[in-house]
Amino acid sequence: MRTFNFYAPTALDEALELLRKTDGGRPIAGGTDLVVQMKEAATKFPHPSSIISLLLIPELNGIEFDESTGLRIGATSTMSDIADSADIREHYPSIAEGAGIVGSIQTMNMATVGGNLCNGAPSADTAPPFLVHDAEFVITGPNGRRSLPADEFFVGPGETALAPNELLVEVRVPAPADRSGSAYVRHTPRKQMDIAVVGVAAAVTLTNDDRIENIRIALGAVAPTPVRATKTETFLSGQPASDESFAEAAETAAAECNPISDVRGSAEFRRHLVGTLTKRMLERAANRARGG
Amino acid sequence: MGKVNISFTINGSSHQIDVEPQWTLLEMVREQLHLTGTKEGCGTGDCGACSMIVDGRLITSCCMLAPQADGSDVTTVEGLLANGDLHPVQQAFIETGGVQCGFCTPGMIMATKALLDRTPKPTLDDIREGLAGNLCRCTGYTKIYEAVMTASGQEI
Ligand SMILES: Cc1cc2nc3c(=O)[nH]c(=O)nc-3n(C[C@H](O)[C@H](O)[C@H](O)COP(=O)(O)OP(=O)(O)OC[C@H]3O[C@@H](n4cnc5c(N)ncnc54)[C@H](O)[C@@H]3O)c2cc1C
Ligand code: FES
Ligand code: FES
Repeated sequence: MRTFNFYAPTALDEALELLRKTDGGRPIAGGTDLVVQMKEAATKFPHPSSIISLLLIPELNGIEFDESTGLRIGATSTMSDIADSADIREHYPSIAEGAGIVGSIQTMNMATVGGNLCNGAPSADTAPPFLVHDAEFVITGPNGRRSLPADEFFVGPGETALAPNELLVEVRVPAPADRSGSAYVRHTPRKQMDIAVVGVAAAVTLTNDDRIENIRIALGAVAPTPVRATKTETFLSGQPASDESFAEAAETAAAECNPISDVRGSAEFRRHLVGTLTKRMLERAANRARGG
Repeated sequence: MGKVNISFTINGSSHQIDVEPQWTLLEMVREQLHLTGTKEGCGTGDCGACSMIVDGRLITSCCMLAPQADGSDVTTVEGLLANGDLHPVQQAFIETGGVQCGFCTPGMIMATKALLDRTPKPTLDDIREGLAGNLCRCTGYTKIYEAVMTASGQEI
């Protein structure tokens, strides 16, 4: 790795000031993407002259849940923190499932949620779960604070809506409705230590007579960014939460996605997986919504 | 580009040193502290040979920047020795033949230590999952799983 100036600010304002002053300084959290990219000199950015560690900034830390206001996950929370959080496992199971399969134990102990989202991989395993939970990403930078819905954050492979010198501060997720449930799964040849061929998350809210009141479906690794399957969502709205509607939704999802062929799988195989996994995740999310 | 002054504890002894900012924790431990028990396999987080325990958590030291170890408590495979006696996990790897060329062994042992700290009596599935980030080119893993079972006082 080429050398750089290293800073470890202990306050958010100090980090923003450093980003401004160093001009081209790169934030680092767990380093599991960035260090590897710097070693392979694969970043599309010029090699950073400064690296600014975010790990000592208390404002970026911590996970808090409140029944009425929902969930806050600080950007430097690790995948282990998230996967082990009792609140997240209970109220946002798909988020715990996404975080709980990132690499190995070692990876999960280092990898942060901010790094996973800001790295902007189409296969990022926490992205579909946040999309289906209507998460908001809180961002701060030279022009102050703003908040973006998850589906406006991902712009292209390795590209996000973050402007230069902006930082992701935290993810906020609304409190889950009654009779709601969510689930995430990815297909990989190996159970751990692999990148999603396809990832599918679903979140449903059911009425008392078991109809679909609210539905979100999100897909990973089938487009330049993680995406919502909006046609399938529209189709399912108001339908009974039955095998028939889930089977038809699976076909709709497979038809509406537009994957590419690469080393991990052909477009045709990915389409097939989207169908199969969508049906499975709808069933699992609905069962959880029913309290199962 | 200036060196970074950091303080940390490694295997129970405190250090304050200047490190190259672009060094990984692995490079610092091997090249500067001359603790060469920990190995570098892939250098990209995939093989686990470089596993260390930092503040109680198992990590791959090849993807952690050395300056980010400031203030932390690091344990490497050398730190498992107590009064000259091998750690029960080390002893179990020897007894069951969980070591062949030995290159993956320091990482396997650290991952096993971290697993048993969390789950003192792991099932075979717990072991497979706990060691999923550690690759071995020699043993075929069976003897390694037996070592973990032995170290946790369970029948193979
Ligand atoms: C062996 C291995 C296995 C992996 N397996 C998976 C997997 O299964 N699934 C998966 O999704 N990923 C996987 N990854 C990728 C990686 O671990 C994750 O994307 C991880 O969450 C990145 O987080 P980090 O804290 O390490 O990011 P870093 O490497 O520190 O940062 C990543 C990027 O985000 C930027 N950044 C970080 N934090 C912020 C912030 N708060 N604000 C603005 N920008 C920020 C950095 O500048 C950098 O560009 C794997 C990586 C390795 C090495
Ligand atoms: S050398 Fe660090 S994981 Fe392979
Ligand atoms: S003993 Fe040779 S790599 Fe495991």
